[in-house]
Amino acid sequence: MHMDCMIKAHELTRRFGSFVAVDGISLAVQKGEVLGFLGPNGAGKTTTMKILTGFLPATSGMAEICGLNVTDHPIAARQKLGYLPEGAPLYDDMTAGGFLQFIAQVRGLSGMAAKEAIQKAAQSVHLLPVLHQPIETLSKGYRRRVGLAQAILHDPDVLILDEPTDGLDPNQKHEVRRLIEQMAPNKAILISTHVLEEVEALCSRLIIIDRGRIVADGTPADLKARSRYHGAVTLEVSTDQAEAARSTLAEMEGLANLEQHESGGLTRFTLFPQAKADLLDPARMLLGGHGITIRQIALEAGRIDDAFRALTHSDAATDADRAEETIA
Amino acid sequence: MSAALTSVFKREFTSYFSTPVAIVFIVIYLMLSGVFTFYVGGFYERGQADLSAFFTYQPWLFLFLIPAISMRLWAEERKSGTIELLLTLPVGTWSAVLGKFLAAWALAALALMLTFPIWITVNYLGDPDNGVILASYLAALLMAGGYLAIGAAMSAATRNQVIAFVLAIALCFLFTVSGLPIVLAFFEGWAPDWLATLVADFSFLTHFSTLSKGVLEAADILYFLSLIGLWLFLGYLIIELKREDN
Repeated sequence: MHMDCMIKAHELTRRFGSFVAVDGISLAVQKGEVLGFLGPNGAGKTTTMKILTGFLPATSGMAEICGLNVTDHPIAARQKLGYLPEGAPLYDDMTAGGFLQFIAQVRGLSGMAAKEAIQKAAQSVHLLPVLHQPIETLSKGYRRRVGLAQAILHDPDVLILDEPTDGLDPNQKHEVRRLIEQMAPNKAILISTHVLEEVEALCSRLIIIDRGRIVADGTPADLKARSRYHGAVTLEVSTDQAEAARSTLAEMEGLANLEQHESGGLTRFTLFPQAKADLLDPARMLLGGHGITIRQIALEAGRIDDAFRALTHSDAATDADRAEETIA
Repeated sequence: MSAALTSVFKREFTSYFSTPVAIVFIVIYLMLSGVFTFYVGGFYERGQADLSAFFTYQPWLFLFLIPAISMRLWAEERKSGTIELLLTLPVGTWSAVLGKFLAAWALAALALMLTFPIWITVNYLGDPDNGVILASYLAALLMAGGYLAIGAAMSAATRNQVIAFVLAIALCFLFTVSGLPIVLAFFEGWAPDWLATLVADFSFLTHFSTLSKGVLEAADILYFLSLIGLWLFLGYLIIELKREDN
C-alpha cells in the first residue's frame, strides 16, 4: 500500500433496513490532498463519513485511516483522525476552553502540551476571545469554530469535516477556507459541502455521489469539462442591437446552439460550439464587422453546478434521509 | 484507569455541577431524607440509637431520585449529537459507559455522605453500633449503583430524557418491589417455591435489608455488583446496536 494514502475506503456499503444509503463507495485520499465530497441531501455523504470515522459500522466493505482498519483498530485509527461531525455537536454546558481541555485530555495531552495545543488551535480559528464563555451562549459561527478547533487540536494526519462552513457568514467561510488551505500540504483532508464555489477554491479533487454511488471523481477542471458550458462563449450586447447580433451569430460556422437572455438593457448570448470549435475570436470578429458593440465576452471553462445537476437526482430525498442528513 | 475514562468521568461529574442538576438533586435528597427519617420514620419516637428510620426509606427515595441523575447520561448525548463526537474520539465505548456511570455514582456517594449530620445526631444522642451504620451506608451506595446502572441503560435507549426517566423508574420499581410480601403473595399457591424465592432474590429490598442489618454477606454484595455489571453491559449493547438512530 502507498505510504501517503491516508484515507482509504473499499467498496463501502451501508444499509438501513431495505434502504441502501451507501452503495459500494471506494475512495482514497493522499497526504496533501483536499477531497471535496459533493452530493444532494440524502445521497450518502454523511453516512460515508460516519463509516470512515468508525462511528457507524459498514454493512460490508473496508475503511482505513493511515493504514489502520477502523473496525479492527478503532482507537488507534481515531488518534490519527480529526472529525467535525455534521452540525458540529458540542457539550453546551461547558465553556469553549473547558471543552477543548476535555478533548486534549481524551487525546492524552496534559499540562503544558495540552495548554499549547489548545492555544494553537484556538488561535488558528480565532477563538481566543470566547474561550471562557459557555458554549450555549456562542453564536453559530463561533460554535462551528469550536468544532473545528476540536478537530485540529492534536494536529492529526487526517481531517474529516462534514460541512465545515455551513451556517457561517462569507467572512467566516473565507477564514475557514484559508485555514484548510494552510493545513492541506501536511494532511489528508476530506470535506463535504454544498457550496460549489468552495470546491473550486479549496479542493484538489472532488467526488460527487448520488444515491449512495460515486457518479464523478476528478479535479474541479475535469468536472467543469463535463458541463455543457465547457468551451461555450458568453457575450453581452445592448438590447437594441440584440436582433442584429442574433441574426449575425446564427450564421456562424461551428455553432451548435444559441441561447439568449435579456436583463437590464443588456442581452446575453451563450454560444455552444460543435465538437471542439473555438467560437471566441470568430464571434468577436463577426459582430465587430457588423458594427455591433460587444460589452463583455468570455470563454467559459464550464460550470460545476451544471455538471452537478446533470449527474445527480434532486429527488434523492426518501424516508431514510431524515435520519441520514438534515435538509439544508 | 485510562486517560479516556478519567476525562469522561471528570467531564460528566463537573457537568452535574455546571448545571443545577447536582445541587437540586442533593438538596431535595437531603430534605426528603430528613422528612422520612424524622416524621415518617419516627426517629425520635422509636427511642433507639440506630439509623434504621433513615435507611428504611432509602430504596424508595432512590427509586425516584436516582433516575433523575441517570436520565441525562446518554439521552442528552443522543439529542445533541455529541454521542457521535464522543464515540469518534479515541475513547472506547466501555470507557465512556464506565466513566459516565462512575460520575453519576460519585454524585450519589456525595449526596449520601452529606447525610452525616444524622449520623452525628444519633451518636450524640446515644451509643449506636457504628459498624452496622457503616454497613448500611455501604449497602445504600451499592443499591444506588444498581439503580444507576439500570437508569444509564434506559438513558442509552432513547434521546428523550423524560422517557429515560420513566423507563428507569418502572424498571427500578420492579427490581425494588419484587421482594415485598404483596408481590410474593401473588406467586404463592400456584408457582413453585423456587420461583418465588428467585423473584425475592432479585429484589433490591431483600439484599439491602440484609446488608443494612450489618450482615455483610458476600452474596448480597455480589448481587449488587453483578447487577451493576449486567446493566452496564446491557447499556453498552444498547449503545452499540443503536448507533444509527441518534
